[in-house]
Amino acid sequence: MKSEIENEMKLEFISKSANEAFARITVAAFASQLDPTIEELADIKTAVSEAVTNCIVHGYDKKQGIVKIFARLKENEILIEISDKGKGIENIDIAKEPLYTTKPNLERSGMGFTIMESFMDEVDVESVVGLGTKVTMRKVIKNKLENEESDDEFEMITKE
Amino acid sequence: MESKFYEEDKLLIFRITDEIDDFSVQKIRRRADYDIERYMPRKVIFDFNSVTFMDSAGIGLVIGRYKFAKMLGSTVELANLTSNIKKIFEMSGILRLIPITNLEVS
Repeated sequence: MKSEIENEMKLEFISKSANEAFARITVAAFASQLDPTIEELADIKTAVSEAVTNCIVHGYDKKQGIVKIFARLKENEILIEISDKGKGIENIDIAKEPLYTTKPNLERSGMGFTIMESFMDEVDVESVVGLGTKVTMRKVIKNKLENEESDDEFEMITKE
Repeated sequence: MESKFYEEDKLLIFRITDEIDDFSVQKIRRRADYDIERYMPRKVIFDFNSVTFMDSAGIGLVIGRYKFAKMLGSTVELANLTSNIKKIFEMSGILRLIPITNLEVS
């Protein structure tokens, strides 16, 4: 039996890097309702950590602001929106390029967007200079589907 | 983070016990550079066995220590990477410079 999951949550916090762990752990705890694998949960935590770090380090750049997270679970998919009202990104295509960083002197790798894109199924970035940035990410949690499939297989075998 | 220096082999092992992100990495970096300068090892190994989380801050951390160690005539290797951590390092391309080594889990 497939249970229908539909749920939403909102989270707001001050742009301090100490809150990065709080943000990713909270989103992961919420996502766990979809019964993800450990690997899928690690992917979500990493992507959230990258997006939140971007808001704090680049969006607000040492100034204090509010980082907002909205997440929605629907069936076997999680949607996560992470936004700031910081300085915005001038050229999103360049910012997304692997190894591109505006702060190389601080040992920043420029891999944030690349990691988000490879760990999530879909990543969309909207940004207006001077107004802020919103990153929207989606990930399908396969664990459940796979489990159901293997249950079906098992049924078939036992019927034979 | 714990560090252990093996005088005979001039080997310095860092066992990272924190989650590695933009917040925690500053403390790890300071401690690692301090110990590398203090012991002047021939080889530095970062043991990730107790690292439960790492994002791209870990890439900067390892590249930074690699450069610093190289300047002092030392090399850097990585040990006990989980699949998630390995994926992040692979994406960055740094595994072409910094090898993965076998280290028994203590």
